[in-house]
Amino acid sequence: MREALDHWPFIVAAYTLGVVGTVVMIGWSWLAMRRAEARRERSRER
Amino acid sequence: MHGFANPARFLRLARWLTPLTLGLGLVVASLALAWGLFMAPADRLQGDTVRILFVHVPAVWLGMAGWMTIAIASLVELVWRHPLAGIAARAAAVPGAFYTALGLATGSIWGRPAWGTWWVWDGRLTSFLVLLFLYFAYIALSDAASRDGGNGRVAAIFGLVGAINIPIINRSVVWWNSLHQPPSITAGKSAMDAAFLWPLLAAAIGFSLIFGAVVLMRMRAILANQQAEARLRRKAAE
Repeated sequence: MREALDHWPFIVAAYTLGVVGTVVMIGWSWLAMRRAEARRERSRER
Repeated sequence: MHGFANPARFLRLARWLTPLTLGLGLVVASLALAWGLFMAPADRLQGDTVRILFVHVPAVWLGMAGWMTIAIASLVELVWRHPLAGIAARAAAVPGAFYTALGLATGSIWGRPAWGTWWVWDGRLTSFLVLLFLYFAYIALSDAASRDGGNGRVAAIFGLVGAINIPIINRSVVWWNSLHQPPSITAGKSAMDAAFLWPLLAAAIGFSLIFGAVVLMRMRAILANQQAEARLRRKAAE
């Protein structure tokens, strides 16, 4: 008889991908925005 | 709508809208995921794996919504030449590609316990994989246009033409035999029990707000870089 598959490793993997991926995307976009706005300010001062 | 095509007016609006949508999105999405993970019941047939629904469905929805954003913004760019429309299309590409990849990955993870396989080459999965490749091509085209000082018309036309894939993805489970289930939610109707429907709607709203905040941040970044480059070019010419 086949052993039943444990569902929780699949659920944890899907949630981890969703949460970590979303946090990385937010952080990357926020850093890119802050860097670009700082660059614009520097170009104003020159 | 034409009034918001003004970059200065857009920036005034985006400065307070970005933290508001991001904060609200993070709160709603976190609560919805906790609801789906700890409070929603296990499904009679699928057991606990049904909880993947609350990550998978919002990701798939945002993958398709991201391309529709690109298509509508491209149309506005081509027809009315709004300066912000092309920027909005470019800003939606990376988060759209991310959620498309997340939809494919979570679908594959769900497929293993539900179908007994990680992947099948059926209409739904293949057309959704095609969407990811369309995103890669759009990002390459629009980056090349902005780097070479082009006007982005080729990327805009590509964004419009690529939208043909969205109804194909949507109808694929009706047109072709598939392991994937037919749509549970259609216009005004739902075959889903309220115990799953409400946390799913909350997750879709939460992730959509986060998507909106990321698009705003990326629009602000593109706009700030363009303004800095224009200022440096002006100073070099003086």
